[in-house]
Amino acid sequence: MMEQRATSPEGVIPVVNGEERTVAAGSTLGDLLRELAVSAEAVVVEHNREIVRDRSRLDSMVLATGDSVEIVHFVGGG
Amino acid sequence: MSAPTLVSGSTDTPFVIAGRTLRSRLMVGTGKYRSPDEMVRAIDASGAEVVTVAVRRVNLNRDADDGVLPHIDPTRYLLLSNTAGCYNAADAVRYARLARAAGFNEWVKLEVIGDQDTLLPDTAALLEATRTLVAEGFVVLAYTNDDLITALRLEDAGAAAVMPLASPIGSGLGLLNPYSIRTIKHRLSVPVIVDAGVGTASDACITMEQGVDGILMNTALAAADDPVRMAHAMRLAVDAGRQAHLAGRMPRREVAVPSSPSVGMLE
Repeated sequence: MMEQRATSPEGVIPVVNGEERTVAAGSTLGDLLRELAVSAEAVVVEHNREIVRDRSRLDSMVLATGDSVEIVHFVGGG
Repeated sequence: MSAPTLVSGSTDTPFVIAGRTLRSRLMVGTGKYRSPDEMVRAIDASGAEVVTVAVRRVNLNRDADDGVLPHIDPTRYLLLSNTAGCYNAADAVRYARLARAAGFNEWVKLEVIGDQDTLLPDTAALLEATRTLVAEGFVVLAYTNDDLITALRLEDAGAAAVMPLASPIGSGLGLLNPYSIRTIKHRLSVPVIVDAGVGTASDACITMEQGVDGILMNTALAAADDPVRMAHAMRLAVDAGRQAHLAGRMPRREVAVPSSPSVGMLE
């Protein structure tokens, strides 16, 4: 654990789908999705209540501590 | 565009919502099936073109992928995203926007629930959310109760279709107020699709006999012992009810009228 922290001493803690998650400082939304093994094409991402309509922007949107990130998709429903 | 095909091969007027002609008057949900395979086979048996889905958080723990798109081909079906679970207009609008951002279409089955026990709609909030979404270019199919005045207000607000309930969501109680549904259908210009409460095939048939344009159901299929067979039954029932409506039923009489000649009897 200590070594991992040493590689990202300035980690940031966004709230992703309701849970705090530590990521390396400078991480983008695109980095987060790759870390979570979530395909950007299969989901819709909302960042601080703004929908990221253009998925090509995911790789330029840098996360900060306290950011709210919602990653949603379609599930069964009536 | 071709009209929906009825079982007997006779024709019907096209079923059109927001300029799109639909090939089936039966719409189905994707919730509560025992397995994705059972869901896929039931939807296929139903003949439905419009299939509803819900927007939820991705399960990031990856112990279960509950996404529906790996099972439902969006080029074969028209995905109709709902706002189920939303209890105010702002939440419903947020869910609708998220659904549209998925990039399939502008359609939304708008639900704003007002009560946890009955899941009856909050009609004031529903109207507010309808106006907001129509202004943003959404095709709004509004889930509402069986109240004529609310249905008229929803039409005025720009709803592309109005979806009154037969009975509460998931109740399977069938069509509780045929008069209200008939009245709504008579008075509205936009399509009327009964959504929620149908429990079995006879419910679907009686509902269609009121003259409505279609039915949306989910639990009646998913909670049947054999969802695939029930989906087939519902397909037949919706067609039967539609044909009976078009055929025009005989008048009800309080006295018997013989079917056989009363003349020519033996001395």
